[in-house]
Amino acid sequence: MMDNDLTTVLFLGTVSAGFPSPADDYQENRLDLNELVVPHPHTTYYMRVVGDSMTGACIYSHDIIVVDRAITATHKKIVVARLGDRFTLKRLWLMPPKIYLRPENPKYQPVEVTNHPDFEIFGVVTYCVQRVR
Amino acid sequence: MKSHVYALIDCASFYVSCERAFAAILQKKPTIVLSNNDGCLVAVSPEARKLGLKRGQPFFKCQEIISQQNVQVFSSNYSLYQELSARVMAVVAEFSPLVEVFSIDEAWLDLTSVVTDDLTELGRTIQARVRQYTGIPTRVTIAPSKCLTKIACQLVRDDPQYDDVLDLTAFTAQQMDEALAQVAIENVFGIGRKYARFLRNYGIATARDLRDADERWIRKHLTVVGARIQLELKGVACIPLEIRHPPKRQLIHAKSFGRAVESREELVEAVSTYMARLGEKLREQEGLCGRITVFLHTNGFDPNAEQYANEFTIDLPHPTAFTPTLIKHALIGLEAIYRPGLQFKKVGVVLSKITPLPVVQVDLFGEVSLFENARQGRLMAIIDAINRIYGRETLLFAVQGITRSWKMRQGNLSGRYLSRWEELPTVT
Repeated sequence: MMDNDLTTVLFLGTVSAGFPSPADDYQENRLDLNELVVPHPHTTYYMRVVGDSMTGACIYSHDIIVVDRAITATHKKIVVARLGDRFTLKRLWLMPPKIYLRPENPKYQPVEVTNHPDFEIFGVVTYCVQRVR
Repeated sequence: MKSHVYALIDCASFYVSCERAFAAILQKKPTIVLSNNDGCLVAVSPEARKLGLKRGQPFFKCQEIISQQNVQVFSSNYSLYQELSARVMAVVAEFSPLVEVFSIDEAWLDLTSVVTDDLTELGRTIQARVRQYTGIPTRVTIAPSKCLTKIACQLVRDDPQYDDVLDLTAFTAQQMDEALAQVAIENVFGIGRKYARFLRNYGIATARDLRDADERWIRKHLTVVGARIQLELKGVACIPLEIRHPPKRQLIHAKSFGRAVESREELVEAVSTYMARLGEKLREQEGLCGRITVFLHTNGFDPNAEQYANEFTIDLPHPTAFTPTLIKHALIGLEAIYRPGLQFKKVGVVLSKITPLPVVQVDLFGEVSLFENARQGRLMAIIDAINRIYGRETLLFAVQGITRSWKMRQGNLSGRYLSRWEELPTVT
């Protein structure tokens, strides 16, 4: 009931008095970025990047990354992982029996996490939101 | 008849888990979450429990332990908890279409028609998936009745050998006897404190005693409610899942102030604000309210202050959901119990005698005009719609005030990680 009332109000402003548009019958829903970027809304999280360890993968400081926890972290996926008391963004290298987190910047060294007592994958990075300048 | 299978999914110290999900630094550190207004402890991590901190303790009494042991303290971040709870429930619902969301951190699943020969394994899968998708740890307990899943949850809480998953349907009769004997009567789901005391007087001290008590005697003294609990303990499901919540019969809004409030104006703002929020909730469930109660009290923890508490109830001439009418009557109630010169700590409003919308009775003397009623309904619908689209309190009644200096104190609030772009968690 309420929604209908509101729709009526909104449309009052846009009805044109002339000929009906020939395109009216072909109207489709506008593209929604969520459909593309967030296929799993209830397992998707957003995080703000700080630092330059992944610039080789075109992820820069201040970017917002889209993290999906429903995707399994496999070899070479870019992941957010918890290492002890901090979250870190790196590329996962599974080289059985060893596991590494590799930065994509020659300034930094890969970290071996094979037997790290407090290592956990938070989620897999699927997209990066970056303002183009 | 095939017996039922229910699973209880229970998030252990949920608010703490929510804070930890986005703050790596909190892992394994003693952590607590405070109630509205930073009054008492509402969630305590296992590490903090070991230091002697307990749910319900007043915050100011624990300051010493907290600073000595470097306990991490958070104000309640309800927008975060609510969103994570919705996500946990969405993951849980992937396992069965029949879900009862019992509270912010508990849900029951009906697994009766799920085909599996290893329910413990299924429980582990549910637990692992919730953990992976949301970061929230859970306990999963499975049994032929809701009451027994609660019993199993107690056992899991007290005994680490179960590793947070337990399937009671796999228990032998003897194992079941032993398990039920471990659970005190006070902890049986649905048995209140009064009944527990009564039962103890008759030597019924555990869940097992209750299950094995004389059925007619239970029915006589504990009515049909007690009889149902007894049957549930025997493994016969008779409390069905409540999949759709029935409309609430009573709506309450009450909060403690951030500081002591003395002035009538500030109380008027608070009462009007709470009433406007309740009006929204009332219309959301398409109800009308026939009775309003207003109450207030001073700070009982302050030994030096003069103490006062009172309440006032008004029966409305005609049931309504029109916010201006609700506020008008609530303020009459407030006026009746307000005493100048006192330091008030809390004020609250209650709506009761709630009826569904369509039964508006036209009265003999024509005080209720159907036309006027429809006009009021339309106005409220438009205000609600605008506030829904453009954010809460885009439109508000002037009497609600703008500054709100009396509002909740939230000194240690974490980021609203899931609802504000400017408060996202960071990763390096």
